[in-house]
Amino acid sequence: MTATSRPPTFLGLPTAQRPSLPTAPRGVGHLRGDRSFPDAARDALRDGQLRANLGHATSTIRAKRAAVVGEVPDWEELRQAGKALKQATMARLDELLVQLEEQVTARGGTVHWARDATEANEIVTRLVRATGADEVVKVKSMATQEIGLNEALEAAGIAAHETDLAELIVQLGEDEPSHILVPAIHKNRAEIREIFLRTMPQFAEPGAAAELTDEPRRLAMAARAHLRERFLRARVAVSGANFAVAETGTLAVVESEGNGRMCLTLPQTLITVMGIEKLVPTWQDLEVFLQLLPRSSTGERMNPYTSLWTGVTPGDGPQEFHLVLLDNGRTAVLADEVGREALHCIRCSACLNVCPVYERAGGHAYGSVYPGPIGAVLSPQLTGVEDNASLPYASSLCGACYDACPVAIDIPSILVHLRAEHVEAQQRTTPEAAAFRALSRAMSSPWLWRLAQRAAGLGRFLSRGGPTLPVALPPPASAWTRSRDLPTPPRETFTQAWAREHGR
Amino acid sequence: MRVALFATCLVDTMVPQVAHATATLLQRLGHEVVVPPGQACCGQMHVNTGYRREAVPVVANHVRAFAGAEAVVAPSGSCVASIHHQQAMVLRRAGEHGLASDAEALAGRTYELSQFLVDVLGVTDVGAYYPHRVTYHPTCHSLRLLRVGDRPLRLLRAVRGLELVELPGADQCCGFGGTFAVKNADTSTAMLTDKMANVLSTHAEVCTAGDASCLMHIGGGLSRLRSGTRTVHLAEILASTEQAVTPHQATRPAVPA
Amino acid sequence: MTGARDEVLGRIRTALGPDRRPAPEVHRHYRRSDGRPVAELLDVLTDRLEDYAATVLRCSPEAVGATVAAALDAGLGVGWAPAGVVVAPGLPAAWRPDGVSEDDGRPAVGLTAFAATVTGVAVAVAETGTLVLDGGARSGRRALSLLPDCLVCVVETGQVVGGVPEALARLDATAPLTMVSGPSATSDIELSRVEGVHGPRTLVVVLMG
Repeated sequence: MTATSRPPTFLGLPTAQRPSLPTAPRGVGHLRGDRSFPDAARDALRDGQLRANLGHATSTIRAKRAAVVGEVPDWEELRQAGKALKQATMARLDELLVQLEEQVTARGGTVHWARDATEANEIVTRLVRATGADEVVKVKSMATQEIGLNEALEAAGIAAHETDLAELIVQLGEDEPSHILVPAIHKNRAEIREIFLRTMPQFAEPGAAAELTDEPRRLAMAARAHLRERFLRARVAVSGANFAVAETGTLAVVESEGNGRMCLTLPQTLITVMGIEKLVPTWQDLEVFLQLLPRSSTGERMNPYTSLWTGVTPGDGPQEFHLVLLDNGRTAVLADEVGREALHCIRCSACLNVCPVYERAGGHAYGSVYPGPIGAVLSPQLTGVEDNASLPYASSLCGACYDACPVAIDIPSILVHLRAEHVEAQQRTTPEAAAFRALSRAMSSPWLWRLAQRAAGLGRFLSRGGPTLPVALPPPASAWTRSRDLPTPPRETFTQAWAREHGR
Repeated sequence: MRVALFATCLVDTMVPQVAHATATLLQRLGHEVVVPPGQACCGQMHVNTGYRREAVPVVANHVRAFAGAEAVVAPSGSCVASIHHQQAMVLRRAGEHGLASDAEALAGRTYELSQFLVDVLGVTDVGAYYPHRVTYHPTCHSLRLLRVGDRPLRLLRAVRGLELVELPGADQCCGFGGTFAVKNADTSTAMLTDKMANVLSTHAEVCTAGDASCLMHIGGGLSRLRSGTRTVHLAEILASTEQAVTPHQATRPAVPA
Repeated sequence: MTGARDEVLGRIRTALGPDRRPAPEVHRHYRRSDGRPVAELLDVLTDRLEDYAATVLRCSPEAVGATVAAALDAGLGVGWAPAGVVVAPGLPAAWRPDGVSEDDGRPAVGLTAFAATVTGVAVAVAETGTLVLDGGARSGRRALSLLPDCLVCVVETGQVVGGVPEALARLDATAPLTMVSGPSATSDIELSRVEGVHGPRTLVVVLMG
């Protein structure tokens, strides 16, 4: 498929009237940064190693994705079906959740509902305590990262062991995840080796370190050895879910390493935490998403392992299954007719990998477990836009994310919409708003506009005859002139000259 | 054909030679050019910065200014994309349904320069002469919003004397993004640096594009580096001939270094 | 608990509003079947499995037993001990090498005692190189195809379909399903794929036809 055969990207703004619903609470979970995006990005941009690691990883995955998407002749049809299925899901979300609950319950599972992060953490903690276990093994899950489940379990004296390789790297390095799919994307092989040597007991023996090279295969083997015993002794596992089928009560986890299978198969008790938007209506619908997701995320035709389970199967896998359905601001997102499309996200991270802003600033700059373009539209909606007000501006609106999205989420249009939501939420007139209002008045009245243009032409005085304006202009112009010259405005605008030459 | 030229606010105010070149080119191809005097701005900057309410009168002015035009041409993919995808919605959201319909109809008659030349006029060889080594940056909104595809490249390939060199990483954003360049100046600069590295790797004398805004950004960076590589709008290249090399860009680059 | 349930459902109804937009029609204009002849599908499946570093041995239906033995040679090395091999309970007798054990339903972690597992599959997807195990007698329980480090899967010609839609149509959604596409792998280090993490590090496929 070529870019030109696709329908054009659409930067639109449908109308919206939004009822107010509770957003994700403050003080729990990882949806809010402690700095604005520009401030956090400024530091990240100076980290040459980070830039190199991100540049290498994102260019690798972009090429892989392009190759496996390119070989699917009906990619655009799948993409449109995926989008329509998600729209259809959102339109009947209440009915479908009730149906899911019935099906899971009928097949031996227990369904719990959590209004927010705090409630979800309480439910999971209580369920783990009831088993008597003091540790859990975890499958990589964005939902549990979002709600800060590991911290909540730790506070209750329960150790949570991350088992996905990248999550393990982040956990052992006492770091924060920086990517949806590969949370340790900001680390290269040498840095990962250093973390393993420092933190894995197996390398504590003198001389043991020599066995570990920075070859990815050797590093993966070290993770296998480190976790093997934990898998075998674990009594409780906590997972997320990539999909849940309302019609059958089937849950799906898509993974690569087999850590997911270990967690979903070996322990006696399985607790799955899932955002309420992860539903698909029917079993058949998975045929679309199981094609879209692997090619978009790891750039593979199919990921090594996909596990699908429905309630409890006697003699096979966990005999106790709990499903925790999480709101935590999702219904607030659903209330926004423009922004709700962000709930269609299947967490493939293709938008991160193609985003020029993400590639340079990295995931930590977004301050949320959801970085990149999708994070810039999802996080502010989950928390309320004022709690993440800099994120909708963390994009040049280049549109690469929309093209890459396997369910055709129009991220640029949502970004623009959220910027307006932020602007319209201001109680006081900011200097920027005053400027834009003045500009609006000028640009809607031809004679005022000609006057304003003449004022711009006065900038020639500033240039003192030079071809460019001076570097030391006051803010906000200084933000431009720090790194870029600004041409001296011409003596005469085009329209003035044209009118003079053509007697108008 | 009688063509109404929409100069765009940026070109009109900062780089008028681009609008001059567009008019010169269209006239040379045998068309009548008019410049509606009421024109100002398409409203994109307001919309994309979050001032969609304040954009309404700006958009309304644009629709009024070009009412009755047979065809509107602008030397800016970004502004034309906004006219196509944003104007009617901004008006509709504000309850201006009648004006929104007018905006939609106007959008249907509004073209980015390379689209107008190739699709409407059906020409790729516009008779231009430009004896320089040139690389082309396909700006994001031309590439992904308007899907202009290879039209600009086809036009450039037909220019006599022009040596076209491929730009590595061409589809990567230059980092302009309107107010993004100021609100996220550091990230914007990082993106610009990579774009400039790619431009300079081609050893081109000139980097061209269909958007004056992106060129002001790239050109501003190249000028700051005293690189000697300059930015020239596609319209200026296409307007150049053996007899009349566009005076402005022949004697001084779009962004003087 | 009922409180949270009702509240979340109530929020959804509020969010969607009193006159909610109808669910759009879903157009399934993508490929839902594959007209390619079986022989071609088998070649595609082989190609895709090998692309993911699986070993594929093709054989006639009569030669499955010998080919499974060859598969174990490939996975474990010639001279492997039959006592280290466990098979799914429903695996046909003719497919079983001499001296191997059948899964006796021991606690799952006990399966780590085995070096290799032999199972059948429920369906195989050519285009993606995917084998689907369904927890039935031929596939065995999920832990069986997970813990031993070498997995041998026998695929019958009639089990091979072209694409994902055809495969899902053949499966029981409520069975414990595992889709396997190559050996365990990770892309977590610099986003380049390396084989071999927690699942079987060796996958050998015996493909009939």
